Amino acid sequence: MQSFTQSLHEAVRLVAAFDGDLREIILLSLQVSGMALAVAALIGLPLGAFLAMSQFRFRQVILTIVTALMGLPPVVVGLVVYLLLSNNGALGPLQLLYTPTAMVIAQTILIIPIITALTAQTIEQLHHEYKDQLSLLGLSNSARIKTLLWEGRFDLATALLAGFGRSIAEVGAVIIVGGNINHVTRVMTTTIALETSKGNLSLALGLGLILIAISLTVNALLMLLRNYARRAANE
Amino acid sequence: MSNATSTTVLPISASKLRIERADRLLLGIDELSVTGDCTAIIGPNGAGKSLLIKTLAGLQAADSGEVRWAGAAPQHTDRRRVGLLLQRPVLLRRSALANITYALRAAGVQASQAKEQAMAALTTAGLEALAASPAKVLSGGEQQRLALARALALSPEVLFLDEPTASVDPISTQSIELMLKSATEHGCTTVLVSHDLGQVRRLAQHVILMVKGGIVERSPVGRFFEQPQSAEGRAYLAGDLLL
Repeated sequence: MQSFTQSLHEAVRLVAAFDGDLREIILLSLQVSGMALAVAALIGLPLGAFLAMSQFRFRQVILTIVTALMGLPPVVVGLVVYLLLSNNGALGPLQLLYTPTAMVIAQTILIIPIITALTAQTIEQLHHEYKDQLSLLGLSNSARIKTLLWEGRFDLATALLAGFGRSIAEVGAVIIVGGNINHVTRVMTTTIALETSKGNLSLALGLGLILIAISLTVNALLMLLRNYARRAANE
Repeated sequence: MSNATSTTVLPISASKLRIERADRLLLGIDELSVTGDCTAIIGPNGAGKSLLIKTLAGLQAADSGEVRWAGAAPQHTDRRRVGLLLQRPVLLRRSALANITYALRAAGVQASQAKEQAMAALTTAGLEALAASPAKVLSGGEQQRLALARALALSPEVLFLDEPTASVDPISTQSIELMLKSATEHGCTTVLVSHDLGQVRRLAQHVILMVKGGIVERSPVGRFFEQPQSAEGRAYLAGDLLL
């Protein structure tokens, strides 16, 4: 068993070398989580806005369920998607199991509730402020949703960030539906799990460092952008 | 500007309007018709003034009774002919100019024309220098002028205003009154809720006095100030509380 300092030293060396395999793993992680974020945003943003603005009977029930689903366990999502995509599953004929697409599907399902619930919170407040004015302008429902999403853009960026953070950091769903196949479905988190179990702590630690660095960078960039945009165009 | 082809919404009338909450009558109007010029609605706080104009403007549904625009139930297609300036201006988190272009685009004006018309509207409001400023950083008075410029840019036939100068500096008040006068002269019917009797004298031709959800007096402005017909009118002008 290596000591922590030794591993850390080796990890930094590996990260600095940044070889092809490492690059591939990082790139696939970003691609899968980025794609999951894009699809989840396309669904979650309008859905959250719709739930925030409409007045139907089970609205509050649905909102409560969606909010509860923010804490969906990744392994359970992985298992359900696995069952759907496996040969006997409803979507078996698509032959998607153990592909990056399967991983995107699982992560999308995982983060839709996060984006939907946070969007609903933001839009609910804005809708309260703007509903009379938007009625006066005679806007259709879809135009209202578009307007409010744009008005809430700074807060919604945080919702998207939360979704991205969740998907890039989770391991349970992608390892089940992706299978952690080298050069095909191996991402940072699954590699960390695998290398740790093999005792190859330096590579695991190196990837861990990169994962944290990516999270920090994405967060920092977004905060900067948000503050800059707020000052330039806003409040 | 763009509404030449379609029908008018005037007169805006109401009959047997009632709104109650928790057994308290908030609004009880038997008959009312608004046809032209500038009408001021005055009365103590809680008299139902804001509720009345919101109901006439189609934003608030009445428990019973009906509001009619040009003799028919308010149509969604006529929505933009009836403007309402809320007491606290509701502006989008965009530039002053973009706030007006947005409204014009929503009303179906082409993008190129919208920008031109929006700039003209800003100029009328004396805000052309602030065109690029974020609307939310403008002062209260500037925000209200912007909201009024936006409402007028849509060329409404009727514009309701809920205490447009209640929390506004004197320069903005003057600018708002000039914009309203000019709009009325150009044929826009205005209905103004105001606590400022000086403003009522300056702008209005008709006065409606409301107390406890109902109308107690409706008079031409001169007669109201010279010889109020109701006991409540005399008391209000004398500065007494209408309990």
